[in-house]
Amino acid sequence: MRSICFYFQVHQPYRLRNYRFFDIAEKHDYFDDYNNSFIMRKVAKKSYLPMNNILLDLIKEYGSAFKVSFSISGSAIDQFEEYAPEVLESFKKLADTGNVEFMAETYSHSLAALISKEEFQRQVEMHTHKIQQHFGKKPTTFRNTELIYSDRIGEMVADMGYKLMLSEGAKHVLGWRSPNYMYASAVRPELKLLLKNFLLSDDIAFRFSQQSWEGWPLTAEKFVDWLNKSNESEETINLFMDYETFGEHQWAETGIFDFMKSLPKRVFSHSDFGFATPSELAKKLQAVSPISVPNEISWADEERDLTAWLGNDLQDEAFEKLYNLYEKVKECDDPQIWKDWLYLQTSDHFYYMCTKWFSDGDVHKYFNPYGTPYDAFVNYMNVLSDFIIRVNENTKFGKEGYEGVKQSASDLYDKTSEAVKDTVKRANKKVKDAAVKSKEIKFEDIKDMSNAAVKKLLKEIDVEEMTAALKGAEKEVMEKIIPNLNKNAKKKYEELQSELKKINKKEINKYRKRVEDKIAEIFGK
Amino acid sequence: MRILMFGWEFPPHITGGLGTACFGLTKGLSKHGVEMMFVVPKAYGDEDQRAVRILNASDISFDLEDSEYKEFWANIKYMEVGSNIIPYVDPVEFSKVFEDNKKTGEKYTSNVFSKRYEFSGAYGVNLMEEVARYALIGSGIAAKEKHDIIHAHDWLTYPAGIAAKKASGKPLVVHMHATEFDRTGGDVNQVVYDMEREGMEAADRVITVSNLTRKVVIEKYGIDPGKVVTVHNAVDQAVSKEIIEIKRKMKEKVVTFLGRITYQKGPEYFIEAAYKILQKDNNVRFVMAGSGDMLNKMIERVAHLKIADKFHFTGFLKGDDVTNMFALSDVFVMPSVSEPFGIVPLEAMRSNVPVVISKQSGVAEVLKHAFKVDFWDVDAMADSIYGLCHYDGLSNMFKEYGKIEVENLKWENSAKEVKKVYESVL
Repeated sequence: MRSICFYFQVHQPYRLRNYRFFDIAEKHDYFDDYNNSFIMRKVAKKSYLPMNNILLDLIKEYGSAFKVSFSISGSAIDQFEEYAPEVLESFKKLADTGNVEFMAETYSHSLAALISKEEFQRQVEMHTHKIQQHFGKKPTTFRNTELIYSDRIGEMVADMGYKLMLSEGAKHVLGWRSPNYMYASAVRPELKLLLKNFLLSDDIAFRFSQQSWEGWPLTAEKFVDWLNKSNESEETINLFMDYETFGEHQWAETGIFDFMKSLPKRVFSHSDFGFATPSELAKKLQAVSPISVPNEISWADEERDLTAWLGNDLQDEAFEKLYNLYEKVKECDDPQIWKDWLYLQTSDHFYYMCTKWFSDGDVHKYFNPYGTPYDAFVNYMNVLSDFIIRVNENTKFGKEGYEGVKQSASDLYDKTSEAVKDTVKRANKKVKDAAVKSKEIKFEDIKDMSNAAVKKLLKEIDVEEMTAALKGAEKEVMEKIIPNLNKNAKKKYEELQSELKKINKKEINKYRKRVEDKIAEIFGK
Repeated sequence: MRILMFGWEFPPHITGGLGTACFGLTKGLSKHGVEMMFVVPKAYGDEDQRAVRILNASDISFDLEDSEYKEFWANIKYMEVGSNIIPYVDPVEFSKVFEDNKKTGEKYTSNVFSKRYEFSGAYGVNLMEEVARYALIGSGIAAKEKHDIIHAHDWLTYPAGIAAKKASGKPLVVHMHATEFDRTGGDVNQVVYDMEREGMEAADRVITVSNLTRKVVIEKYGIDPGKVVTVHNAVDQAVSKEIIEIKRKMKEKVVTFLGRITYQKGPEYFIEAAYKILQKDNNVRFVMAGSGDMLNKMIERVAHLKIADKFHFTGFLKGDDVTNMFALSDVFVMPSVSEPFGIVPLEAMRSNVPVVISKQSGVAEVLKHAFKVDFWDVDAMADSIYGLCHYDGLSNMFKEYGKIEVENLKWENSAKEVKKVYESVL
């Protein structure tokens, strides 16, 4: 039996309020509580609640034959908790039937996979935790924000242990191949890939109410005919779309709810198709072929690439400045910073800055709070500037504030005074050593003495003794002493020279010692 | 002496320097005992079909309640003429606004970051038609109301001035606050240029706001130098008591550009100077306050240079926001490519903010304590900004002496000069 695999994306961003330059460093509330609550309540009433009831009724009617899957972003769940708890309850009822699979994604519907493996994994873990907490089961299928996929992202997802991931059946990747089979990552074959059949998906999501479309009006009969036209060997028709399609993008008046109510009956009566969840397909189907995706694909716009979120100067600047903060955010311990960090990463903020609007304007305008991408950019950057200030203040040095600076200064003072004491100690020792050394006066030191000092010395010493001490002395010592001898002494010195021939070294040293002692006596203190 | 005066806008509905100048000048003139009838175009909305509406002080919400203000109202009669004339919009832009208005059927308002034009579908299809309508009503007022002299501010009101002169035969003084060359940078709209020239030729005296503008008027419009008189603008002193000390949490120095984001104001040179400084010094924030046809291009440039976390846009500011902006600023920069006068630097100096102004501005003729650089010389601009951010001695000197300088630039003095011009034609 061939399968129809429904996957619905449920997401609401935390939209920013009009945050002005004057608010920077002054106010730290970034989100438009009024508007977010208003939109959430409106979409809940028009879409989430009625559609959940329809699905619940269908499951009651057909039992395990009817199945769907969801990915609900963390920021949507947070807003359910805050503004529309009854929606969460109704999703729980769906979970309790066992026919509904909930998938894993990044908590804040972010683009983290494109820039940081670590942050990407952290957000996925946060999200799976949240899903398990509310719906009781840990997700086993992964789908990335906006179905963004590449070989590199597949590798990260496989590293986290997932065996199946959803993506877009982009023409430029598949070429002649059909999206209606199970594929696998070219770099990590253990990761299977389910690809969106964008023709049939978009017939429901985008063209359903388009009166100019040749398929209009779309009925369950017509849709099942189209399903039957697909090749019989094909395994699965993957119908992936925003959940807001039902009741919000396509209003109730278009008959979208009636279409969904009647579709399963027609499928069961007029085709060999059944319904399956992604994880069931992962167990059942073998990959027919690996696909290689070197550049990121997504389900957005005609291009099926990243240009809805990144690529123009506004988007790149905002994205870069946001993720430049990552290393610092990691150091922060303020839970509010972590919360804001999550919500500021939501891809919608970058989507609002998109300047290629004119072809996909309608989708981009959906609940877009800004008049122009420039407004979106300016507002986001104002918020981000304040966030940067907060992050910087919360990291180690900033966080400790005045007290921290005072402590550092005091530590520095202590360290310095220790160092000063040490230096003084060492200096004193040096001086002392020098003083001790200076007491051990050598005979040769005479050459460094002033003439006055030499004269003073010569007055205190017999010329005979000095003559003996000078025997064989250095030339510089001689030159210092002989000119300083008075006339008589010089004469005596000359006379004594012949007598000195016999004198031995020992005696010379004895006389020298006397001279040294004399110098110490006169000058050494 | 009683003056019939034609203007564009009047407080509190001010979108630019002309409204500020007119308000200051009329206040100054009232101090010299000159009586005035001030006529402005104003879109009433569909509910009010009267051609002219005379307003009393009580009709205008205004926060100044000092004696000077009361005295002023004793000497002025303020009239609004039902009209779609939008200040600072050229004929092409006007028709675009008109078309948008027709298409959506909504009152035209631009997005949240832009100033809001009031626009009512009740009036003419194009700007020239509106100007003609305003002139017609102007001549009606001139025939009915007693006056000695007619005084018209900038080209949109010149036809009204000429028509009034024909109706009453009184002398006409036209006031050149800006020329078409300043507004367009040489890509002159011939219709506007002709209207300016005709106004000046029909006038008995032409007042220019600077010698720079006087030169343009003589050289590019061929007006007889003998009847062109420079009267420099001044700055309102009354507000100085409003200077507020804001306790600022932002640690960085703040450098501000405040003005319309158009070719004339040279916003791109400010961005290039900011970029140069931010390469060396991360401790500065730049703010571009205002709105205009180059805003989006400037936002893209800042994003492209990757300085958007330190370079902010506020959109159009008025009233208290302007005061707050000055209170937050350490340096004010006016890099105008061509600025006939430029009152904003004086307002900045009055709020204790040192200024860097372009040599291509009229205000450079009257200021000493300001850095003056060529608008294109972003290196010199960056040097001046850096100096004022980092050398307290310099910025303190600029603040102290700059304030004294500004205090001597009183509207009362300018008004005295204008009164002399009136007397010369009586």
